[in-house]
Formats: sequence, structure tokens, C-alpha cells
Amino acid sequence: MRNIFLFIRVYFTFIFFLFLMGLSFYLLFSYNRYHNAIYSTVAGEITGKINKQVNDVEYYFHLKQTNDSLVKANEILYSKLKENYEIADTANKIAIDTIRVDSIKAQKKYLYMQAKVVRNSVSQPNNYIVLHRGSQQGIHADMGVIGINNAVIGTVMEVSKNYSVIMSLLHEQSNLSARLLKSGETGTIVWDGADPKILILKDVSKTVKVTVGDSVVTSGFSDKFPPGLMVGVVSKIISEKTSSNYVVSIRASANFENLQYAYIIDNLQKEEPQQLLKKVKSK
Amino acid sequence: MSDLVKNIIRFCLFILVQVFVLNQIPPLHQLVTPYLYFLFILWLPFKINRRTLMLLAFMLGFALDSFTKTYGLHSAPCILIAYLRPFLINLLISQEGAESNYNEPSIKSMGFTPYFTYITILTFIHHTLLFFLQAMQTGGYFYFIIKTLLSTAISLALILLTELLFVRKQRFRTNTI
Repeated sequence: MRNIFLFIRVYFTFIFFLFLMGLSFYLLFSYNRYHNAIYSTVAGEITGKINKQVNDVEYYFHLKQTNDSLVKANEILYSKLKENYEIADTANKIAIDTIRVDSIKAQKKYLYMQAKVVRNSVSQPNNYIVLHRGSQQGIHADMGVIGINNAVIGTVMEVSKNYSVIMSLLHEQSNLSARLLKSGETGTIVWDGADPKILILKDVSKTVKVTVGDSVVTSGFSDKFPPGLMVGVVSKIISEKTSSNYVVSIRASANFENLQYAYIIDNLQKEEPQQLLKKVKSK
Repeated sequence: MSDLVKNIIRFCLFILVQVFVLNQIPPLHQLVTPYLYFLFILWLPFKINRRTLMLLAFMLGFALDSFTKTYGLHSAPCILIAYLRPFLINLLISQEGAESNYNEPSIKSMGFTPYFTYITILTFIHHTLLFFLQAMQTGGYFYFIIKTLLSTAISLALILLTELLFVRKQRFRTNTI
């Protein structure tokens, strides 16, 4: 112990120098936008690589569950195949469009890109997910992210070359516009930081009839998600005495504790309405 | 005038000149940015405590950063030259007892060549770190090196000009009355 104090006394000037240098570098990297951007890109790339190594090992322990969920997703897709639908009334004639122009392509709005989850947390008050896909693979900030069972997970916050950081729905600042499937009433999805399985739907008017078991889906008002993606199922309805709104607890459809793969949604028609809005606002 | 008052006035003057004159003049060239404010650190008395010196350097850098809204950009180089200053003075001082006979570093107290070396080395170190932090990884090595060298040259010219214009009276102090 004595030696430590002695060491500090002998090198105090140097320690003081390091302290002041550290302070100015801290100021430099936290208050300057440009330096901050460089820091977060470099740091994001490095931590992303480390997370990838750890996840490669961890991945094996989840193989069984991943496989199960993929089988389930496959099952849903199989049941949607054309062959599974039979039309009873034979009077209907199926007409086949013979025009060779691919009319679907120009109209395409949402592009799905798969990505591997490299890091995930559920226990913090603000949770982030790291995906192994970045700006070089076509990811930008503010894209929507869904899980393999088409349930909403979060939105892209920050992108480096090969990795992207997702703000999970389990985040204090997460703000998702959602709709009750039955009544069509819209509200906002937030998280109170308590249970990773339970989300909260705010701003639902008391005039609407809400029942336990109703589905909550994305509203399609945000430019990140197509309408109708599952968010969760109503589990509890609390009537706020001070306002005319319900606070609805929702069991999240996405299993945040076991994420292995995710799909990132690119809205190909994002620019046009935004420019239109800008034009209107500038008038 | 006591040392304290003199240095407080100097501090304010250097910051004001740097912010409102040198930062305002249209750049001679994109590679040249004149800096003068750090001369305050180089002019501080010989006998100042090293920790006080660094703290003053930090305050100087922070004051300039507050004006330019780039927190930490100028304080880091200032602290570095304040840390290196005592080593350099010990190396360069040639006259026996100059530290005790004179108050602060100047041409008269150190001799022209040592004083000029002292100024050149510290200016170069200051500019290197400053432009490195400014450029970080963009701009390329060539740009960074050329910018550092040219700006150092211009700053040195400015410092010499200041030395010629504002002659600091240096009393020869002895303990024999």
C-alpha cells in the first residue's frame, strides 16, 4: 500500500498530465460531431468483430431452437402455397395474365434482407441488438427490423461498414406506431423497462372496445414497417383514471431472449412521400 | 506590475487576438492557419509549478475551444507542450543560472539560438497534434504533413514579429544588492 502512494507521489505530475489529456480527449470525442462519428464507427467495427467471435460459439447452443423456429416459418409458408387452396365453384375461370412486362418490380415497396444477430441483450433499461450486416451490405439508419416469425424487433440506429446497431423495442426511446387489428384503433408501443416479454400500448381511446387476446399489428403509418406485421397480443387492459385513454399490456410476439436471425426491411419508396411533406412544410 | 496581473492580461489578450484577429483574417491558403495564442504558455515564468503550468495550459486551450466550439481540440496540444516545456528548458539553457537570474524565457534570458530552438520545437509539436486531431484519418498523410510544416513556419514568423514589436523588459535579478 505504501508503495502505491509512493508511486503516485513520484509520478504525480505525469499522472496529472495524463488526466488532463484524458479530459480533453473526452471533451473532443463527446462534444464534436465529427470526432464522435469517427469514434463510434471505429469502436463499432472493433466491438462488432469481438461480438461475432463470441456469438459463433454461442450460436451452437441455440441451434435446436433456431431450427424449430425455421421449421415453423417454413410450415406457415407451405400452407400459403397456391396448391393448398382449392376453389369449390368450378364456374370461376382462372385467367392468366399473358403480358410479359414485369409490372411488379416498379411497384415494389419493401425489400427484406436477412442478417445474423451477433449480440443481443434484454436485461438493460436500454437494449441494443447488433446485426452482422452494415452499410456495405445496403443498410442505412432508420430501417425497420423484424424477427423470423414476422414480429417487429426494432429499428436500425447506427451503421458501420459491416455491422449495424438496432434499437430494440425494449428501449426507453423506442416509439412504434401500432394498431389493434380488430378495431383499427392506433396507439404507440413503448416499453417500461420491467419485463422483456411485456410491451405497452399507449394512447388507446376508451371509446374503443379492447379485449384480451386481440392482436396488435404495425399501423403502416411509419415509413419503416409495412402494415400488418405482428407486434403482440393484448394481455391486460388498465384503464387510466386521469385520462380518457387505456394503457394496454401486450405480450410481445418476438422472442427477444432468443434471437438468431432477423430481417431488415428497406422501404424503397421512402423518399417520395418525405419530399412531398417537405415541400408542403416549406410553403 | 506583478507577475499574476501581467499574465492575466496576457491570457485575455492572446485569446482575443487569436479569436478575433487571426481566426478572422481570410486564410492565406487552405494549408496555412496561423496560431499565436500558445505563446502565452511559452512566456510563463521559469519558476512556475509544473502542475499549475499544465492547468493553465488546459484553461487556455479550453477558453479558445469555447470560442471555436471545438471542445478539447486546442486543449490537448496545449497540455502536451506545457508538459514538455520544463524538459526542453533544462536541455537548452546554456547560461549558468539563467533560471534564477531572469524571470521568464526570452531572447535575452536564454540567448537567441536556444530560445529560437525552444520556440520552434514546441510550435511544431503543438501544430502536429492539433492538425492530427483536426484531420484524424481523412485528408491523407501528405496534406497533413504539408499543412503542419507551412503553418509552423507562418506561426514562427508571427512569433518573431511579436518578439520584435513587444520587447519584454527583463530585469537581471541577483541576490546581491
